[in-house]
Amino acid sequence: MRLFSWRFIRLWQRNRDVFFRLWHSEAPGMIVEPILILVAMGLGLGAYVGLINGQEYIEFVAPGIIASYAMFAATFECTYGTFFRMEEQKTFDAIIATPLNVEDVVAGEIFWGATRALMTGTVILAIEAAFQLVHSPWVLLIPLVCFLQGIMFSSIAVFFSSIVPSFYSFNHFFTLFVTPMFFFSGVFFPLTQFPEVIQTLSWIAPLTPVVIINRALFQGEFHIDVLGSFALIVAIAAVFFAVSLFTMRRRLTV
Amino acid sequence: MVIIETQHLSKKFKDLLAVDNVNLEIEEGECFGLLGPNGAGKTSLIRMITAVSPPLEGDIFVEGKDLKAYPRQVKAILGVVPQIDNLDEDLTVLRNLTTFARYFAVPRAEALRRSQGLLGLFRLEDKADSRIKELSGGMKRMLLIARGLVNQPRIIILDEPTIGLDPQTRHLVWQQLGELRAQGITQLLCTQNMEEAAVLCDRVAIMHLGRILSLDTPQALISSHIGDRVLEIDVNAADRDKVVKELTAVGLEFIDVGNTIQVFNIGDDGLPEELKKSPGRLRQRPATLEDVFFKLTGRTLEE
Repeated sequence: MRLFSWRFIRLWQRNRDVFFRLWHSEAPGMIVEPILILVAMGLGLGAYVGLINGQEYIEFVAPGIIASYAMFAATFECTYGTFFRMEEQKTFDAIIATPLNVEDVVAGEIFWGATRALMTGTVILAIEAAFQLVHSPWVLLIPLVCFLQGIMFSSIAVFFSSIVPSFYSFNHFFTLFVTPMFFFSGVFFPLTQFPEVIQTLSWIAPLTPVVIINRALFQGEFHIDVLGSFALIVAIAAVFFAVSLFTMRRRLTV
Repeated sequence: MVIIETQHLSKKFKDLLAVDNVNLEIEEGECFGLLGPNGAGKTSLIRMITAVSPPLEGDIFVEGKDLKAYPRQVKAILGVVPQIDNLDEDLTVLRNLTTFARYFAVPRAEALRRSQGLLGLFRLEDKADSRIKELSGGMKRMLLIARGLVNQPRIIILDEPTIGLDPQTRHLVWQQLGELRAQGITQLLCTQNMEEAAVLCDRVAIMHLGRILSLDTPQALISSHIGDRVLEIDVNAADRDKVVKELTAVGLEFIDVGNTIQVFNIGDDGLPEELKKSPGRLRQRPATLEDVFFKLTGRTLEE
């Protein structure tokens, strides 16, 4: 297998430049939607929900909302974004005729997607801090978790982008994979709430370990499952990263 | 010195053999033309040489380096101007060049200097801050060529650089390519435009169905395949068989193009007597590369 080189940074820089030229059109979505969901679920629905493990409902959902929106950021960037650059604009075709190889393009896209997750997660963390939902100093590690989960979700998304024929395929990716994770990864309710079948499926969903880690950081309490979650994220990220290097080369160098 | 060498190069797409055992030696500093109809394999061949498409078989050496082993080093000295516009629509005109320079690790200040120089050269300085969508087709092509030069390549590879351009823009492109040639930059030019090949290229390879059919200077190709002049005989259906019989009898090479029969290699001794009495209208004109092209690749459409 061919590996990527430091040159991936050139593609990362290209995406960064484009993002910061258009950031004012991206930023409202990045900030407003998490606030809406925090208010709607935390305060609206939360008024009807009793304490969970001694917490207010809004405090319970806060860590998972960071995880979810960091996931969305990375996933949107590396599905619609990557596919648009690849197929509509043929940007990658131009780039792989320079000293960058396909593997550098893949790594650049994945690390850029992870950067989007980091930015989104950090902004939401700041908003939650403004809502006085943040108490533990451990939350300072949340941006790192966002970056790590960003690598995982971007890798999955780039892999998917490298094998699908058209934009329409992403509808399935979102309705069958991303949206279910949003609801069934312990963001809004403890997983123990669900029947056993759904619980088992939840443990496979890659968002679940991220929610577990974020919640532990918010509470400042760590159990063995945090370590397991970390290992699971690294493993999933590594597999999809490696596979997408291969599938993207197959797609771009015909 | 040979700067690009291909050995037994082949490429297959499913059942189609797009490039079939091509051996080429391109000399440093020359403008080398690849001439062929659609589907001849020109684009497939240059995609392999630019390391964006792996060959089925064979090897490519650029400046003696094996492309398989050193793709980055080879790509660093190539300037590629693709047929399909793949400019970066998310960036302005100037940013397209500076960002591209960054892929080649050109330092920032130098990238800006080169980019502005190239915009001037291709008369795009007023468009520096425009979006790609605001450019005309001709301007986009100019920008693509400018982008191919931003790394100061030693070899520039152009796929149909003037297709669809108006005559003014086409001549501006030819003029720039002539300048590059004068600077000693090797050019590999894919084209279907005979005039372009004749004007720009030192040597031309005529390609058809994945193979190189003939390779020489444009003038030598014309004289060896066609001769200096082409005799055209306009015939009606009734006379055609008679003329064809006469031509076959005197042993002249010809092709039958509907209402006209084109006769090649008629030599300097003037026309055979039989032909002068031919019922059709006779006409002589200088032979061109197009005659060679048609003679070698045929007149039927291949896709």
